[in-house]
Amino acid sequence: MLKFTIKRLLISVVILFFVMFIVYALMYSLPTSYMEKTARELSQKPGSLKSAQEWLAELNAQYGMDKGLIGGFLVWLKSAAVGNFGDSWQWTDSVTNVFHDCIWYSFALGLICFILEVVIAIPLGVLAAKKQYSITDYAVTVFALIGISMPTFFVATVYKLVLAVKLQDWFGLSKPVFDISGMQGRDYVNLSEVGKFFDVAKHFVLPALTLVTVSIGSLMRYTRTNMLEVLNADYIRTARAKGLSEKKVINYHAFRNTLIPIVTILGGSLPGLFSGALITETLFSIRGIGYRSFHSMVAGDIPFTMFYLSFIAILTLLGNLIADILYAVVDPRVRLN
Amino acid sequence: MAEELKVIDEYSAKLFENAENDPDNLLVVKNLVKYFPIKSSFFRKTIGNVKAVDGISFKIKRGTTMGLVGESGCGKSTIGRTILRLQPKTDGEVFFNGVDIFKLSKEELRAIRPTIQIIFQDPYSSLSPRLPVGEIIAEAVREHGIVPKEEIDDYVTRIMHACGLQEYHKDRYPHEFSGGQRQRICIARALALNPDFILCDEPVSALDVSIQAQIINLLRDLQKQFGLTYLFISHDLSVVEHISDTVGVMYLGNMVEFADTEKIFSKPLHPYTEALFSAIPVPDPDYKMNRVILEGSIPSPANPPSGCKFHTRCSKCMEVCKHFQPDFTEVEPEHFCACHLYNSAERNAMLAKMMSEQNDAAQKK
Repeated sequence: MLKFTIKRLLISVVILFFVMFIVYALMYSLPTSYMEKTARELSQKPGSLKSAQEWLAELNAQYGMDKGLIGGFLVWLKSAAVGNFGDSWQWTDSVTNVFHDCIWYSFALGLICFILEVVIAIPLGVLAAKKQYSITDYAVTVFALIGISMPTFFVATVYKLVLAVKLQDWFGLSKPVFDISGMQGRDYVNLSEVGKFFDVAKHFVLPALTLVTVSIGSLMRYTRTNMLEVLNADYIRTARAKGLSEKKVINYHAFRNTLIPIVTILGGSLPGLFSGALITETLFSIRGIGYRSFHSMVAGDIPFTMFYLSFIAILTLLGNLIADILYAVVDPRVRLN
Repeated sequence: MAEELKVIDEYSAKLFENAENDPDNLLVVKNLVKYFPIKSSFFRKTIGNVKAVDGISFKIKRGTTMGLVGESGCGKSTIGRTILRLQPKTDGEVFFNGVDIFKLSKEELRAIRPTIQIIFQDPYSSLSPRLPVGEIIAEAVREHGIVPKEEIDDYVTRIMHACGLQEYHKDRYPHEFSGGQRQRICIARALALNPDFILCDEPVSALDVSIQAQIINLLRDLQKQFGLTYLFISHDLSVVEHISDTVGVMYLGNMVEFADTEKIFSKPLHPYTEALFSAIPVPDPDYKMNRVILEGSIPSPANPPSGCKFHTRCSKCMEVCKHFQPDFTEVEPEHFCACHLYNSAERNAMLAKMMSEQNDAAQKK
């Protein structure tokens, strides 16, 4: 087990190196160069004594972009290895500060959705499989497929329309139940600490609802498929023939065997907690990591993008490793060596 | 020719009337029918039926073994699963110890489950991969309170010994065993519930020949030791001849012949049984086999031939076979067969009359 973990970690380091190099190469070759843009702006400022070309050369030297692709990557790698990720070009703050400022909103949103997704989708999938081809099964499947099929921006808009706008009209309320967007209410500054928490929590309801709606379907279908496969196995028939109660057959024999593929999927979705939800965050004006990373990439902000993507890469590798280890925990047939 | 006339009003069930009240008969199956509906893809309307089991009757005496043979897909395993009520029936009755299994409530059924056990064909898929062997065997023992809690461990050890397994096998998982050992685990699991009746659904088909012999002998020893009753489903005729007291032969969802092993093997009545038994290989290269070769393949149970289902492949097919389903009758004492060859004179006359009437009706049209 220990040997396996160490081996996997070492392989992960090698993979990480190449992933980072590819990301750097992509960022380096982007047509939107932060340097060029800044150089143009500076050269057009009143009183600028240098041309855009001269500014570009100076900026490149200043930011360490004059060493070519490999040289630049090695410079980045050298400082990153000791934990110095530099300053973000786009957000004019240290990369870690920018990250720290926005990641927790995304993480909270992601975690809530992850928990809700698991808590809702897995029991629904089990239920649908248990009553295959019944009304319940079809109802669950239809709603799941509607969720999968609708684009996020549409779902978000519908929720905004119904819950933030219409609900107020229907019940004749003085204030909207939910705000259309934003992370804080109007009177946020005047609230107590507890009040502030609940105010932010309330603003997360609609984004969370949106995310859960669109993501629940696939996990539910996945659970249903796996559960069905297990339910048709001979050992489930054996369990029934043993005279076990239906509850025990489902929960103890069938569901435990369904867990194996589900754990893999869930392990793989762990990095998703940190990657943010670009569209949802934008629609609800949540300054989370999805929003920040998108704008960083578009602006060609190499330090921030590099930091963010290496973070995600590490999480993905760890997620896979954890899923493999969990495999051994839930499935006695897997021996890690 | 006009449509088929069915004469099944005096069908099989009558033969076994009141058989369930005879305490000698542990299991009595009367006219069991199991159809699987074929649904249209969109509206899920039933557009036809796969007639997997189409009216089967037999009985098994306490402490004996009945062999059930037939081609692949003739409904042997479906019978097994339906008898155990692992799936609902379409029609008919199954009496176990004089009690109709399909009339029991869920709780009552669960209570008698331990007395009727099943061993599946594939020992690889019939054991839950995530439970250790000891737990697989002990689980239902605990659930049904077969022995007091503190004795369960000893009890499981004893059962495992009886089935040729060692005590240290308890903590191992099914994937660590060979096929033969796995089948022993399945047998131990079934045996641990102290059953009266074990349904063996092709228990040796997935095993190699040397292991087959071991398992068969184990089953026989256990039968003597515990007074078990078996229904032994198989397509291996030599195995069935070796282990069974009575044999039922199935063709396309129907029982075509049912008799004592000796009788049926020495003098098969039904043409299908004859053809089937003539295919038993004899381990002697000089022996000239007198095979009855069947033409064609088994018809689809979703659209079985009219009349006698076997008439499309029968060498002794008569005109009457194409239109009337033969009755399952007691041709000789305790030797049942469904074939027009053994009709009584009155019955032949009646069928001939019905046929000519039908012909006339068709001509008038």
